[in-house]
Amino acid sequence: MIKVGIIGIGKMGISHLAILGAHPDVKVVGVCDTSKMMLDAIEKYSSFPCFTDYKKMLEEAKPDAVIVAVPTKYHAAIVEELLKKDVHVFAEKPFCLNPEQGAPLVELAKQKNLVNQVGYHNKFVGTFQEVKRIIDGGFIGEPYHFLGQAYGPVVIKAKQDTWRSNPDEGGGCLMDYASHVIDLINYIIAPITNVKATMLKSIFSKEVDDAVFSMLELSNKVTGILSVNWSDETYRKMSTSISINGKNGKIVSDANELKVFFKDNDCPEGYTKGWNIRHVTDLTTEVDYYLRGEEYSAQLDYFIKTVQGKVPNSINSFESAWLTDRAISLIRKEQR
Amino acid sequence: MERILFGDNQFFAVNHISDEKSMAQSIKFKEDSAIIKTLDYAMEDGIQTFMCTTHDRIANICEIVRNNPQKYKDFKIFPCMPYAHKYANAVTELGIAGTLKQYVPGNFFGSLFKGGVAFLSKDYLKIMELLIDAEMKMFKDIKTPVIFLQNVITDMLLGLGMTDVLVAFHQYVEKKYDAEAGFITMNMPKLLSVLEKGGIENPIICSSINKAGFRMSGGKALYEETLRTKKFRAIAMQVLAGGAVSPKEAIEYVCQLPNIESILFGASSRTNIHETASLINQFDLVK
Repeated sequence: MIKVGIIGIGKMGISHLAILGAHPDVKVVGVCDTSKMMLDAIEKYSSFPCFTDYKKMLEEAKPDAVIVAVPTKYHAAIVEELLKKDVHVFAEKPFCLNPEQGAPLVELAKQKNLVNQVGYHNKFVGTFQEVKRIIDGGFIGEPYHFLGQAYGPVVIKAKQDTWRSNPDEGGGCLMDYASHVIDLINYIIAPITNVKATMLKSIFSKEVDDAVFSMLELSNKVTGILSVNWSDETYRKMSTSISINGKNGKIVSDANELKVFFKDNDCPEGYTKGWNIRHVTDLTTEVDYYLRGEEYSAQLDYFIKTVQGKVPNSINSFESAWLTDRAISLIRKEQR
Repeated sequence: MERILFGDNQFFAVNHISDEKSMAQSIKFKEDSAIIKTLDYAMEDGIQTFMCTTHDRIANICEIVRNNPQKYKDFKIFPCMPYAHKYANAVTELGIAGTLKQYVPGNFFGSLFKGGVAFLSKDYLKIMELLIDAEMKMFKDIKTPVIFLQNVITDMLLGLGMTDVLVAFHQYVEKKYDAEAGFITMNMPKLLSVLEKGGIENPIICSSINKAGFRMSGGKALYEETLRTKKFRAIAMQVLAGGAVSPKEAIEYVCQLPNIESILFGASSRTNIHETASLINQFDLVK
């Protein structure tokens, strides 16, 4: 059994807690939050030990691994403390407020040989995994353009402020929402290394951006567009998609459906020349416990398996999340 | 429960296959009259139960049902609560406490926040009861013999080990609404064993059951085994596995399984509704 602790039981923390609570190889040894309301509910109706001070949780519960799901501004300090205490870490996204904060943590985790993962769950979505496989196999030829998009109804009118509306605390569409798309582009094609221009738009929020439009260049010189808007109420929930043009074909994919066009017969098994459609129903690996999407269970299962030494620490490492933090910072700098 | 239940995903742009189709549905069902027309098609095929989430727009449908008592004299609604995205989007923006403040009716919650009053032992279940009442308001004077807890909440409580809350939901809808509780889940075998331990006998459980094994956590074999050996009232949903299986094959599979009381499906067109309903009737006869 892997002993796991959770710091922060907001929207993501509570979801992680439920998934880990159902995981056969995990014993949840501590749940920590400063909000008494949530913690009292956990304490009263579940059997997880609760703490209000994470340092106390580390001392008393001695977890092998900890999930960090607090607001982004607290990530760096808590992750550092955990690594120094030789604890494996799964941190929510985005990794840190800026690349300067994250860089030493990438190093420290490597030095200490500790498992490190960040919660960019799209990498565990069947369609996006298939896109990655097709791109890596070179089946659509050399990519020359991409379009990464995400839309959803998070801020659809002017309302009260929370940490998500504070730019210094990791709020805003760029950090909170666009980070998913940025991370996906980094992973599937190549890391973003240069930003040509950015428009950050506030639509309903006073302090932060509600939409991000940016022209990007990747380390392999492929260029493309980022278009993300969390104030679009024509979407029922977050919809993330990526489309990639290659010299031998084109891919258009969201989390449900993958459409791929091959110029000739040199395509993966099961595909043919011309348009092909694959659905997530065919590309999804079943999980033992489902909550909100297979990908959320799959990413935590991967983390636990990494801690057990069963799989390599290669998906969503701190290093890859740091590349995303760096891209966020580049995008912000080029604001026009 | 009737053999066939009509679902509402198509009305609210819930499409597990394609975001494009989802937008097309959103356009098609913009007017409430389009929803009513589709419900009429279902009624033509003898389907009298509408299983729907507590989406704001259902309130309009309820109003139409109330205003036409003759037409809807045998019509029943199985509410499924909560409409999760309403809360999920609010939580992203307002946090959990902020969301509760916004949606828990009355000043009950406000006073707790303002006064910083220590929470009494029963308060959380009281909050749940208030939320249930708020969601049930729109169904006044409509037959709601079964009230469901949506899978995101059922499964979260399951993962957190909060059996008492699941049991409390069961008890409250029975006491207050004279209804049976139903549980939607993506983890049917796990949930059933927890409900049994919680003392709920013969529970109504709605879960994905399809030939493709899609969203059947723990595996198709375990689901089939559970259906064969356990006592509960099963509703099969996602029987078409989002199109992964042909309708004929899909319905044949579900109809030959033991212990499935009802089949839930949704469709937008008269042809598709009729086709699916006919397939169910046809394979039920073979059985």
